[in-house]
This record gives sequence, C-alpha cells and structure tokens, in this order.
Amino acid sequence: MSYLFETFKGWKAYCEEKDVPLYQPVLEYEVDQKGKEEGAIREGILRAYRVMREAVETGLKEDMTSRSGMINNGAKKVYNHKLSVLSPEFQKLISRALAAKEVNSCMGRVVAAPTAGASGILPGTLYTLQEIHDLPDESIVEGLLVGAGIALIIEQNASLAGAVGGCQAETGSAAAMASGAMVYCLGGSIEQVFNAVGITIQCMLGLVCDPVAGLVEIPCVVRNASAAAIANSSAQIALADVDAVIPVDECVEAMGEIGASMENKYKETALGGLAATLTGQQIAKRVLIQDIEILPDEELPE
Amino acid sequence: MAGKSSVFDMIGPVMIGPSSSHTAGVVRIGRAAIRVLGGIPDEALITFYNSFARTYEGHGSDRAIIGGLLDMKTDDDRIKTAFEVAKEKGLQYSFKSIGNASVYHPNTVKVNLTKGTKKVEVIGESLGGGLINISKVDGFNADFSAQAHTLIIKAQDVSGAIAFISSVIAQEKTNIATMSVSRKGKNDIACHVIEMDSGLQPITIEYLKSLPWIKELIYIPDIDL
Repeated sequence: MSYLFETFKGWKAYCEEKDVPLYQPVLEYEVDQKGKEEGAIREGILRAYRVMREAVETGLKEDMTSRSGMINNGAKKVYNHKLSVLSPEFQKLISRALAAKEVNSCMGRVVAAPTAGASGILPGTLYTLQEIHDLPDESIVEGLLVGAGIALIIEQNASLAGAVGGCQAETGSAAAMASGAMVYCLGGSIEQVFNAVGITIQCMLGLVCDPVAGLVEIPCVVRNASAAAIANSSAQIALADVDAVIPVDECVEAMGEIGASMENKYKETALGGLAATLTGQQIAKRVLIQDIEILPDEELPE
Repeated sequence: MAGKSSVFDMIGPVMIGPSSSHTAGVVRIGRAAIRVLGGIPDEALITFYNSFARTYEGHGSDRAIIGGLLDMKTDDDRIKTAFEVAKEKGLQYSFKSIGNASVYHPNTVKVNLTKGTKKVEVIGESLGGGLINISKVDGFNADFSAQAHTLIIKAQDVSGAIAFISSVIAQEKTNIATMSVSRKGKNDIACHVIEMDSGLQPITIEYLKSLPWIKELIYIPDIDL
C-alpha cells in the first residue's frame, strides 16, 4: 500500500522507515492510485517540464499582449533591462516567472502547476535553478515529483483553489512546491525540504485573490514573480538549517484556517481588493461584455 | 472529483490559458457537443450565462468554445486563432450573453448547433480545474462528465428498456459508472444516459441502433482521447 499524502510528518516517517528518497512514495502513489507505470510517470513529468521551459522561452520571445491590454510584454522588458537590482540571475528568475505566466494570460500553452493562475512559478524557479547549478533533467523531474507530493498534502489539508482559499492557495502553494523542489534538487535533507515548504507558506499566508475585472492578469502575473522570489529566499534560509519553528503541517493548517475565514469578496469574485479600486472598476467597465441580457429575478430561461 | 487526485493534477494539466474553468473546461464542452451532433457544425449559436456572460472575451472562452467545436484539444495552440480556423472551415457562429439565469450553474454555456438538417442543443457547466458536466441534451437531463465513455439513447418509453440495454452492455464486460433516464412524459420518448468505464465495440453499437424501439443512439468515447 502506497503512502496517501495525508501529512508531511507521515511522508517523512514513510521515507525514513523504507529508506527511500522523497520522490519515491510519490511515484508509488501514482502507480497505485492511477495504475500507471513508473517510467510513464517520469516521462509525463519530463514532458510537463518541457512545456514549462517552452512557456518561459515563448514569453521572452513572442508578443505577449493580452486581450484586455493589461498584460503587455512585461517579461521581455525586465529580461532586457540594463540595470540589475541584485544580480543578473535574479533578474532572469523574475523575468522567467513573468514570461511563463504572461503566456498563460495570452492564451498560450502552459502547465497548470498546481493551477493556471500560478503557472509561472515552477517554470521560473526550476529553469533558473537548472541553469545556475547545471542540473540534469532527471533531477528536475524528481524535484517536480516532490513538488507534486507537497501539493497533494496542501490540497487535502487546505486548498489549491483561489475561489476556496484565496491567492495563498494558488501562488502560495506553487511557491511552496517550488521551494521544496529546489532544496531537494540541491541535495537538501527531508528536514530542510519541509522547512523550505513551511517557511514559504509562512511568507505567503493571507494573500487574497482579487483579480481586476476577474481576469487572470492583474495582480496574478506580478505575484508569480514575487512568489518565485519568495521560493528562493525560503530555500536559501532552509538550506542553512534555519528552523521554521512552526512545523510544516501546522503551517498548512493555518493556511486552511485563514482560507476558510476569508470573506468571499477576496476569493476570485472580483468584488474586493484591487478589483474594487476605482481604476480596477474602470478597467472592468472597459473590458467586460456590456451587451448582456439580464433576466428578471423570477423569470427562468427557456 | 472521483477518487484521489493524480500527480498530473498537481503538475498539470498542460493547457491553453488563461483559466482552467473559463478556457480548458469550455473547450471540453465544445468537444462533447460536437460528438452529440456527430461532426463539426456549419452553424453555432453560443450563449454564455451568469459568470461567463461578462468575462467570456477576457478569458478567451469565446475562442475556447469555437476551438472545442472544431475538435481542438485543451492544449492545442490553435485555440488562440480559433476564429480564423472557423472561417477556413466554414463554421458560422454568433455569441449571446445572459445574466442572472438563476437556474443555471454560475459557469454555464449553451450551444445550439446545426449541421445540414441536424440540430442539437447542448448545455454544459464548467466545474473548475477543466472538469465539466453536460447537464442537458435537447432538453433532456443528461448530467455526464464526458470523462468516461458515454452512451445517449433516445428510445420509446417501453417497459424493460433499462434492463435490456444494461444487459447488452454487460455482455461486453463493460462496467456502468452512472446511468440516468429521463422522459418528457409517460409513453413518450425516454432519454438514457449511461457512463461506462470502458468503450463499446462498433458491433454492439450497431446492434442497439438497429432495434426498432431505439430512435437515436449517440456514442461518445472519452472526449480527451
């Protein structure tokens, strides 16, 4: 019987008892639950990673203007800017996360990881990590499997959907997946991987989902960049054995609790936060369909 | 969702953006609808309801539904240019928006399709994460996910029909996942919607079609294949 990804504590105990790396129970889970073969699973994950890399490259090369006009080739501007705030690597990281997410906003092909709204975070972080540390694809595939295990636990104990848990559930979960995957790829211990996840969640808690005009554009695109940065800062902290203090399972629990008590206007309804600002409302008026037949309250269609 | 999530729900699906519910799910509703029609339509009237009504342009749901009606998959990058492809293939389409339709799911789209003399009306709901429910076919309750293999049979409301159809399916060792029957009135036409875990052989489908009391049979294999 495979491990069912109920808690991080259980995942760690399973790995220690069987003396297997973190990604192994994830493979076993998929074999058991979905009847797939290990080789096919690794291949599928590698295919997904290639789509992620393509999205990064497409976003930095092709025209990325969204239908609403709110997204307009930001990633390229960041990539090509002459002044680096921190380092050229950081500049690349940020532009790559933006690029993949811009591709999503502009009807290009992405991997929803875990959701379409957070589809820039794993591509941006893992592309950059692979480049800096010259990692083989197999290592990234194992990192992504660890990321999938992280998401399975968050899905069970909190949520991955903005409509249920706010932005923390989407970009927060993606950042936690990315951070854990990165620490794993760099040879971190189970303890360090889970610390990275916990610290990332601590940094992303409370983020609301308040998309302007209800579209997956503002602030989603820039939040993919900031989440990629947080994934990196958390990985750096965790690798140095700095303790998250609050165990990762309790961090996830906090995320679920905050999501549950978040008001509906902050859950993808475009009724609060940035969506409700004066400019947000003006944009909504401009981009949303106005030619709409509103049925009276008592009348039924047909 | 039935059963446990897959690793490929966490790292995936691979899809055309921006939204799994407003784009990918809508493509799948289109793919299901043309299988009900039995081919690519000449004409399509698309009605977006409720949450879809105002945001369908911004989320690309309009291109997504046309892409689906042209049999594109959810990761097909031609979805972005679906209107141009529709022109090439001679598919005429128009859109309508209706808000406050309280009887419908927040993310509902209705398609009225015409191909030659054949017309169908399909209503689909996008449930999130790309999952869908086809709630109605030609006014009959349908409620299928289009994930499994689906059989829609319009038949005379005769006694023993359900037992007969299910025994034919059982002979193929195919497991029925869900089954529903609705009718417009007593002794009128009844609509059977059966979701199966695996597909049926063409000969079984032809046999069922040949029965005099079966008026119409639509077989929809897994729409993502």
